[in-house]
Amino acid sequence: MTSVNQPPRPAAQAARPIIEARDVYRSFGQTPALVGATLAVQPGEMLAVMGPSGSGKSTLLHCLAGIYTPDKGEIWFDGQRLDTLSDTRRTELRRTAFGFVFQFGQLVPELTVTDNIALPLLLGRAGRKAATARADAWLPRLGLDGLGGRRTGELSGGQAQRVALARALVVRPKVLFADEPTGSLDTLTGEMVMELLIGSAREEGTTVVLVTHDARVAAYADRQVLVRDGQVMAIPEAAVGAHAAPAAHAAGAEVAAETEVEVRR
Amino acid sequence: MTVPLTLLGLLEKEPSYGYDLKREYDAYFGGDKPLPFGQVYSTLRRLARDGKVTGGEAEPGAGPDRKPYKITELGTREFDSWLTQPIQPEPHLQAVLFSKVVLALLLGRPADSYLDIQRVAHLQRMRELTEIKRTGSLMQALLADHGLFHLEADLRWIDVTSARLDALAETVRSI
Repeated sequence: MTSVNQPPRPAAQAARPIIEARDVYRSFGQTPALVGATLAVQPGEMLAVMGPSGSGKSTLLHCLAGIYTPDKGEIWFDGQRLDTLSDTRRTELRRTAFGFVFQFGQLVPELTVTDNIALPLLLGRAGRKAATARADAWLPRLGLDGLGGRRTGELSGGQAQRVALARALVVRPKVLFADEPTGSLDTLTGEMVMELLIGSAREEGTTVVLVTHDARVAAYADRQVLVRDGQVMAIPEAAVGAHAAPAAHAAGAEVAAETEVEVRR
Repeated sequence: MTVPLTLLGLLEKEPSYGYDLKREYDAYFGGDKPLPFGQVYSTLRRLARDGKVTGGEAEPGAGPDRKPYKITELGTREFDSWLTQPIQPEPHLQAVLFSKVVLALLLGRPADSYLDIQRVAHLQRMRELTEIKRTGSLMQALLADHGLFHLEADLRWIDVTSARLDALAETVRSI
């Protein structure tokens, strides 16, 4: 796998990838979306998958998450083949091990905030009382205090995305897949959602695969890769050198240049 | 940050001594890079010479008494004009990147990989600035944001140029 920055930290390097695409092909009719995409994500890593519209980045996420089956190639999750599992088993895995946040929250507008968050637990046949209690525990963590009884149709975009985030995390997934999670939000609201997404995932030790075309959103991740023409892009070795650092022409860049920052956590 | 104009701005608020000006500058704008005393006093001397401030060191032989620096009408006008006029947008990096791309195409070198390398460097810097934004003070966060938006604009240009390299190569070679 190649990435657009340094290789993962040594500890992560030693570990087995939690999720991996190996030479994955996937077409829609005559249109190829992925043509030999290879990517490995380490446990606990926050990875941003970037790329222009139509590059195949969302298809890659859907393949990794077991929503699409590759035409060719392999998907591995936690040491097992995901793409060869039965539909039932894959669905089960998606519900218990994965969390999803999409551009539009895809909440159930008729249900309350608490019920929306509890939904994956209820589908997993958790008792209603326990499910509700676990859902409610997420409200203060995401700044949703007092909103548990609201119908989600009444929420602002930022609130709805936070509910979607809580619903994704309530099952304590191993991997959180987020596809343009701030795509429908303004800059400040989007930043708040990203801050909560990254902060909560880190607290929970959840691996994050974040698809975005927005570099400012991608910069919240530990590592970024670029998908282009259906492949995870190869970057020349020289790319890692500090000589390529952009000129500190902006005030903020000067701050960074003068500040020692631990970028990889 | 333009030090002379910033010092004029601080003096516009109230007359002040060099030492206090330095402290105030560092608190607002210094970040991790405090302004050296030498630079404060040399800047203030130049401003005094140009009639934009008065005060400072007493005349030779007049004893240790110092007067606080005070902005003059000329200084106020200059500061005001700087504050109210838009600053020159900064196309410098863009111009350097553009030159690199055009030269690479002219010389048959891999323009796409130069752009990729630059993209990596930009993303690296953006991660650093995002971390500052997440963990720093509001002032640091806003400065970091300024950098982030600029770098994002560069990245967009890099993406658009990457996507149009073939067409650009034809144009360059036909000139």
